[in-house]
Amino acid sequence: MQIIRNRFMVNHIPRFGFKYMSDSTFLNEEHLQIQKAALDFAKEKMLPYSAEWDKKHHFPKDVLRELAAMGFSTIYVKQESGGVGLDRLTASVIFEALSYGDVTTTAYLTIQNMCAYMVDQFGNEEQKKTWIPRFGTFDAFASYCLTEPNSGSDSKNMKTFAKKDGNDYVINGSKCFISGGSVSDVYLVMCKTSEKDVSCILVEKGTPGLSFGKLEDKMGWNASPTAMVLFDNVRVPQSNLLGKEGNGFKMAMSALDGGRINIASCSLGGASFAFDLTKDYLHDRKQFGQPLAAFQGLQFKFADMATNLVTSRLIVRQAAQMIDNSHPDKTLYSAMAKRYATDSCFNLANEALQLHGGYGYLREYQVERIVRDLRVHQILEGTNEIMKVIISRNLLK
Amino acid sequence: MKVLVAVKRVVDSGIKVRVKPEGIDLQGVKMTINPFCEIAVEEAVRLKEKKLIAEIVAVTIGPKQGAESLRHALALGADKAIHVTTEARIDQAVQPLDVANILAKLVERDNYNLVLMGKQSIDDDFNQTGQMLAGLLDWPQATFASNIQITDGVAQVIREIDGGLQTVKFKLPGVITCDLRLNQPRFASVPNIMKAKSKPLETIPLDKLGKLHNSIQITKTEAPAVRKGGAIVENVDVLLQKLRTEAKLF
Repeated sequence: MQIIRNRFMVNHIPRFGFKYMSDSTFLNEEHLQIQKAALDFAKEKMLPYSAEWDKKHHFPKDVLRELAAMGFSTIYVKQESGGVGLDRLTASVIFEALSYGDVTTTAYLTIQNMCAYMVDQFGNEEQKKTWIPRFGTFDAFASYCLTEPNSGSDSKNMKTFAKKDGNDYVINGSKCFISGGSVSDVYLVMCKTSEKDVSCILVEKGTPGLSFGKLEDKMGWNASPTAMVLFDNVRVPQSNLLGKEGNGFKMAMSALDGGRINIASCSLGGASFAFDLTKDYLHDRKQFGQPLAAFQGLQFKFADMATNLVTSRLIVRQAAQMIDNSHPDKTLYSAMAKRYATDSCFNLANEALQLHGGYGYLREYQVERIVRDLRVHQILEGTNEIMKVIISRNLLK
Repeated sequence: MKVLVAVKRVVDSGIKVRVKPEGIDLQGVKMTINPFCEIAVEEAVRLKEKKLIAEIVAVTIGPKQGAESLRHALALGADKAIHVTTEARIDQAVQPLDVANILAKLVERDNYNLVLMGKQSIDDDFNQTGQMLAGLLDWPQATFASNIQITDGVAQVIREIDGGLQTVKFKLPGVITCDLRLNQPRFASVPNIMKAKSKPLETIPLDKLGKLHNSIQITKTEAPAVRKGGAIVENVDVLLQKLRTEAKLF
């Protein structure tokens, strides 16, 4: 048996991996093959560096480019547009596997995928040809701008405005909590084009008037830059409009269900890693002459962790499949999946930290990083409270 | 030039193996391509990228799930695959001499210039198939390859042997078995996994190519003895005494 303090290395890769990530209830052979590729990549190219990226607040653009080469940045963009053309269930499997290695970079990857999807679904040929190949290689990094300092859950109440002027739009306002802010090459900006109409306009970095706040100092997601994006008379040609004027909200809604599955999938991967770390620790750590795994109180906690992880995975995959099948209840299930999985996985990670005792509080043992990274998943992509609004509204209407 | 790469589907090296009286419990166990076989596939793909080979054919012997390893090989870059189907246990009943005979039949049928395979499989660790195949075909062989160069139909292979590194040279056709440090296999990217679906996969029932003789019988499978704890000794005298009486070193 190992002597914990001396033998536990930083970036320990768990011995007793929880194989049920490949539980094939929803997965066919192709899913399993792709999952293996993603998991192998995550364990080799992300997991050993995750702690360092978090500590140094380093945004690993090179690794993201390698992820793109694997086909992971335009997963559900149509093949005809230059994407990989797979479904949401495959995307969920991929994100879950990658976030086993690093939650933060995978979460950023989901944003790239979402932006690419929006250009694919709503862009004209010119926009698709310009951006999708570049998104597909991470030659261009994309950010999605919806939230403002005064409108989070109340997104319809946004103030950023794009006024028509000749053949251009002139944009004024500000967006906050933007992942990739100041680093990304292109920003998909949701803004008002009239008092009621929300539209989506592409703004490239370097456009005069576009500036950024300082990088936010966050609890977690440290490998991903987050900043305010400020628009001071930013002038862009009207050809930068994505889709039709006024369709912005519908576009955002269509992307939301998938975005929720994506973030829930990131929670699953991080939680799986925390779970595996805990399984090793319970075997290795001895107190009162026995391994921790022998104590019933801890066994019960562990049993609950396992059950919650498996059930979270099932509902996320079911919701993903419903989006793929355009099931009428996809929004309901996506909201349930997001709310349930992000809550369960955060609680699992928190419990994992507790089970590690004092060592759980040390950065070296990695489980605290998972707690910090997963915490925000309960907030963004729609707070879990808003998820409950959506769920109840859907059922009680 | 055509290359045949033989791959085997084995128990994943990371899992905890359960031993049953009739052998290893394979029920629900995670299986994967044998790591040395994967290295062989990767080497074949690299030789193709260097334009030294024109076509890579991957072959496996086993039940229906064995096709997973073939699809992995196709996703890494093999052009075609052959699945020799059998329901026999590949970790017990499919034995080196029988495998070598079957591969020899395929070599004769399809005229390969080179056969690449892993040096051994991690389930039975026999390290015999490549050597036997070379013998049956009367071909030169280089085993435990850690470096392969091919120039004008001549293979130059650096072998990792107990004494160090040995370089051998022979005119193709030949058999080369691959060792750990030969290369590091690439990741199968999603586009390649999808392309692999449309690559040709030929299925041949085993009895069309050979027979399983079961000439080696497995009489017992048991887990290694549980490691006994060590002891901290007080001084060198006690150490010497334990080395004599317990470790029986002298």
